[in-house]
Amino acid sequence: MMVTRPLHTLPKLCSQSPQNGSSGSKVLVHFVNQSGMKSSVFVTEGESLLDAVIKKNLDISGFGACEGTLACSTCHLIFEESVYDKLEQTVDEEIDMLDLAYGLTKTSRLGCQVTVNCWMDGMTVCVPQEIKDQRGKQEAQSSK
Amino acid sequence: MDIVGVLVLLLVCVFTAADGWRGLSSASSPRVCVVGGGPAGFYTAQQLLKARQDALVDIYERLPVPFGLVRFGVAPDHPEVKNVINTFTQTAHHERCSFHGNVNVGRDVSVEELRQAYHAVVLSNGAEANRPMGIPGENLSGVFAAKDFVGWYNGIPANKELCPDLSCETAVILGQGNVALDVARILLSPLDMLKATDITQHALNALAGSGVRRVLIVGRRGPLQIACTIKELRELGNLPNTRPELLLGDLEGIEETLKDLPRPRKRLTELLLKAVNGGDNKAEKSWSFRFCRSPVEVLAGADGKRAAGIRLALNKLEGSGENVRAVPTDQLEDVNCGLIISSIGYKSILIDPAVPFDPRRSVVPNDMGRVQDAPGLYCSGWVKRGPTGVIATTMNDSFDTAHVILQDMESGLLDLSIKKPGAQAISGLLQTRGVRTVLFSEWEKINAEEERRGKPHGKPREKLLDVEEMLQIAWSSRIMDILTFLVLLLVCVFTAADGVRTVLFSEWEKINAEEERRGKPHGKPREKLLDVEEMLQIGWS
Repeated sequence: MMVTRPLHTLPKLCSQSPQNGSSGSKVLVHFVNQSGMKSSVFVTEGESLLDAVIKKNLDISGFGACEGTLACSTCHLIFEESVYDKLEQTVDEEIDMLDLAYGLTKTSRLGCQVTVNCWMDGMTVCVPQEIKDQRGKQEAQSSK
Repeated sequence: MDIVGVLVLLLVCVFTAADGWRGLSSASSPRVCVVGGGPAGFYTAQQLLKARQDALVDIYERLPVPFGLVRFGVAPDHPEVKNVINTFTQTAHHERCSFHGNVNVGRDVSVEELRQAYHAVVLSNGAEANRPMGIPGENLSGVFAAKDFVGWYNGIPANKELCPDLSCETAVILGQGNVALDVARILLSPLDMLKATDITQHALNALAGSGVRRVLIVGRRGPLQIACTIKELRELGNLPNTRPELLLGDLEGIEETLKDLPRPRKRLTELLLKAVNGGDNKAEKSWSFRFCRSPVEVLAGADGKRAAGIRLALNKLEGSGENVRAVPTDQLEDVNCGLIISSIGYKSILIDPAVPFDPRRSVVPNDMGRVQDAPGLYCSGWVKRGPTGVIATTMNDSFDTAHVILQDMESGLLDLSIKKPGAQAISGLLQTRGVRTVLFSEWEKINAEEERRGKPHGKPREKLLDVEEMLQIAWSSRIMDILTFLVLLLVCVFTAADGVRTVLFSEWEKINAEEERRGKPHGKPREKLLDVEEMLQIGWS
């Protein structure tokens, strides 16, 4: 619905006062992609974070390669600790995939397994940053 | 005639427009060619197309069918992993991307020719060869490379005649990676779990008559070094009517080390420990890991031709953690088995002598995807980093290579001011060499045919196994299209040249009225006209 990037000025909305008035079901989520670019979108409550990224066509390369079937770790997202602690328990099959994820952290989850809830309003989730690429850029610059 | 004329005109317009578009875009567009239509190739192309709105990417693939190991490597009972095909198909449909199947780079066209035609060439040709065991008896019947065995049940055309004899009770798999576990699972799965997959029908038939009841998965190193991932181990543990048959002694003392292990290794080891103590004793089939053993010799049976067992050397481990080394002792152990599958790794092959190649590591020597001493040449996937990792690893690795190419375009390391002809030049070359490519739309005909053949059996597809047949299907309707077009053209030319005049329906109605008029006096509904000239006269009167 709303994709603004880079976004700093959008007013933070809580689920009780949705802009579009669709029965309080819109939750504001900030996504930070591989290159640090932030997109803020309103996600319908009950949708997974993977659904949100696909529906809003967010610029995250290779996100959700297996289309939410717990067969890869490409929808890996890093949560704020306060949010992570409140998330539902992780099933073994999800941890199996997370164990193979690139840039795994203590607050990592798969976007396909996390359903958006109104209490998440305003949260920020991050895709692991492209460390290797940054190094490449530096090398390319220093060799100029 | 008019309609045909309009059609022909339209066609001409479309072709000219397409030419014009191609011509325009060629002025300044970076042209990149990707060698290999597997995941590495498609992910590299995807990133390039996305990051540069002017980039044109051509993917060359040796087979008429795309997707590489997603089609030919991923186990048939892992259909969810194959969902990546949807993204690859989107990439192939991208207006700035072209897929050219049935082109063997290194034979039909050289890498040097590609480098001349494109600003950048990316080698994404994977790892298609087996790492040999290098032991006596390796060539006995009943011994297979995992790559060939997987190719047999996954429909690699070169492996369709493999016909492995599955009449023995014990199978030994050498290697403890995911491919080894895939093979073990396929050998032990109940048929019902396989028959609704895209496994080849000949493999399904052979497995239906399989006598294999026991699979030993042998590794050189210890339980803390097994190379498989936890998902595959979990699946093995969950197989119905199958129990793990691990040796307690092998896992002795391992519990104490758990707390110091990184999470993935820790969870994998915990699952292994759970397997030792669990299992249904009434199960008819079993699987087991054998640790610290290296193959020494395949033992022949009485006929001297068929494998009847394998001699293993017991190893001792030196060092610790992931860097543990296996050192063989002089203690030997013979295991009776009729099927031996060596799954000790794939390796890349040198596709063109002009490409730098590290024969020891079997990879193209590179720095972050830039091929050493070859400006404009890049690599991604297994040919870049060796045959390890899951699909996400190849995805990240391919994105990295794409980023490096984009950087080189921006920094001027790749000179985009030089105009490159791209596919146009290569198509010309291929044509003179009698090589006809399979376009993505033509693969889609193969795809449709495979899906059609799978349907009656409740399978998502029945893979075609014969390259000739693939080509026939891919090109069949193209010939029909051309024929139809030619007929239309001929009709158009002839009608124009000979001044043929048609009879419209309203004109037929004049003939009809005349026939009815002539029938009336005789009490007949009509008296049919018998002479064409007379019909025409009346029609046009």
